[in-house]
Amino acid sequence: MDPMDNELTPRDNEFGLAKAAAESAPILDQSAGSFFKQLQGFWVTFIMQFKKVNTVQYPEVKEPTAERFHGRHQLNRHPDGLEKCIGCELCAWACPADAIYVEGGDNTPDAQFSPGERYGKVYQINYLRCVFCGLCIEACPTRALTMTNEYELADESRSKLIFEKEDLLAPLRAGMLMPPHPMYPGSTDTTYYKGEVPGADPSQGATTNV
Amino acid sequence: MNAASLISNDPGWLIAVKGLIVFVLCVVLTLMSVWGERRIVARMQMRLGPNRVGPFGLLQSLADGVKLALKEDLIPKAADRIVFVIAPVISATTCFMSFAVMPLTGKVTLFGHSTVMQLTDLPVGVLYVLAIASVGVYGIVLAGWSSGSTYPLLGGLRSSAQVISYEVAMGLSLVAVFIYAGSMSTSDIVAAQQKWWFGVVLFPSFIIYMISMVGETNRAPFDLAEAEGELVGGFHTEYSSLKFALFFLAEYVNIVAVSSLATTLFLGGYHALPGLGFTESWLGGWFGMVWFFAKVIGFFYLFVWLRGTLPRMRYDQFMKFGWKVLIPVSLLWILVVATLRVMSARGEPRAVIAAFTFGVVLLIMAASSLYERSVRNATIDQIPDSSTEPSFPVPHVAGINRVESINGSNG
Repeated sequence: MDPMDNELTPRDNEFGLAKAAAESAPILDQSAGSFFKQLQGFWVTFIMQFKKVNTVQYPEVKEPTAERFHGRHQLNRHPDGLEKCIGCELCAWACPADAIYVEGGDNTPDAQFSPGERYGKVYQINYLRCVFCGLCIEACPTRALTMTNEYELADESRSKLIFEKEDLLAPLRAGMLMPPHPMYPGSTDTTYYKGEVPGADPSQGATTNV
Repeated sequence: MNAASLISNDPGWLIAVKGLIVFVLCVVLTLMSVWGERRIVARMQMRLGPNRVGPFGLLQSLADGVKLALKEDLIPKAADRIVFVIAPVISATTCFMSFAVMPLTGKVTLFGHSTVMQLTDLPVGVLYVLAIASVGVYGIVLAGWSSGSTYPLLGGLRSSAQVISYEVAMGLSLVAVFIYAGSMSTSDIVAAQQKWWFGVVLFPSFIIYMISMVGETNRAPFDLAEAEGELVGGFHTEYSSLKFALFFLAEYVNIVAVSSLATTLFLGGYHALPGLGFTESWLGGWFGMVWFFAKVIGFFYLFVWLRGTLPRMRYDQFMKFGWKVLIPVSLLWILVVATLRVMSARGEPRAVIAAFTFGVVLLIMAASSLYERSVRNATIDQIPDSSTEPSFPVPHVAGINRVESINGSNG
């Protein structure tokens, strides 16, 4: 039948009535209820005892997580060491669990923490509230906030589980300079975001290779 | 000298020593069996089970016991305080008591005394075990009632109904053993199995006993009294600390007790496996205990295997099974056994006995085929007639036969 003949026809199948009726045949095959079929379950559990167990001996053996596992957050840096976070608070607004607290601050020529005008002065993530959904990561306009694969976050006190900015900041890599320091010579914030800054320039300060 | 007269010569201190041995054995067995159960069930589910405390996690149940003992002991406000405290004590003491009549070895020498490793030998030993088991139910019923809470009450009621019904089947399954052994004393029953185990001779009784012992001990798949999904913890929901530990202990000692009874009555107690009779005299007769506990552990494995395999039964199905299947089958079987026994006692010719047996087998076959036919007919009757209107109102739709689309077009 052409479905256009009657507009109810396709919906009829959508509800699954016809399918349910077709499948509602009475069970005539009683073999599954037979005593010996039932005994097969005993064989299953018995043979299972000699198979390899799935248990991972966790504290001693640590299996790597999935590649994109949502673990502890990290505040990333530009190649010259300046922080990527601009203190916009979009992560805090995106957070469904209200786990992030951000206070922005103004960069001054004396104390330049990130390229551009603003930087994250206070940055806290409360891991007692965080649900590791990753919405903050999606909200971040500068890719300052990403997640690592680290999952061992248990601790003894509530205050220890509120991570401050220094707990979250990525470590300084080779060629990076500990902020505050001036921006790369001749660059603007746009240059930074385009990824055109190769690393710290000697004019920005004394390079301390970590 | 039989066991009873050997035991009657025991001096008082020897009885005390035996009592201590039995008690220690029970407690150690409980600790080991809790650990064993968890390990075995874990392997059946492809896990490892407890493996942290001690070698292979052997001390896990000890650690759990210490933890339980150190926990806060709560008594709910609505509870009947006295009964609430007494209930776990009843449960725990009665399950130990049934061990008093279990013959663990044949004739042995203990501290220079010739005796048997059995605390006492009653002429009605098996009845004593059944009686003690029934008293043990009081622990559960009273715990459920005195908690002053709904789930424990339901659990306690279920458990009492369950244990009482399955005790009937259990008692009936033992009657055949009494008829064959000609005694209710546990040591005499074991002695009567020197040649053939009753588990072989009285196989149906053995099966009925095994089923009812699972029901009797409130174990999966018959653990309706503590069905977690339905009753939280069942009768021990409100219990904590040592009182809970006592219930826990009682459950496992009970398992060991019914397993021991099964070993004693059906698997020849401390006798060796067929063909290994020479081992019975090893270690001055003490090797019989190894056989005894090997069999008990075998039964325990069966308990664990059942728990790992079968889902919990529905309450009404469980009761139906007990009353409508186990008990009638038991009664019939007792009739057959008693008739055969009387025939052989009277010295009837073999032909008559064979004819009777053949007749019984024919009757059973006829009855079962009639039953199966009636079941099959009942199923065929249930095929729905697809040509009728559905029983619920349906809107009229032009150009489409609703009846057909709902009931399928096979009609």
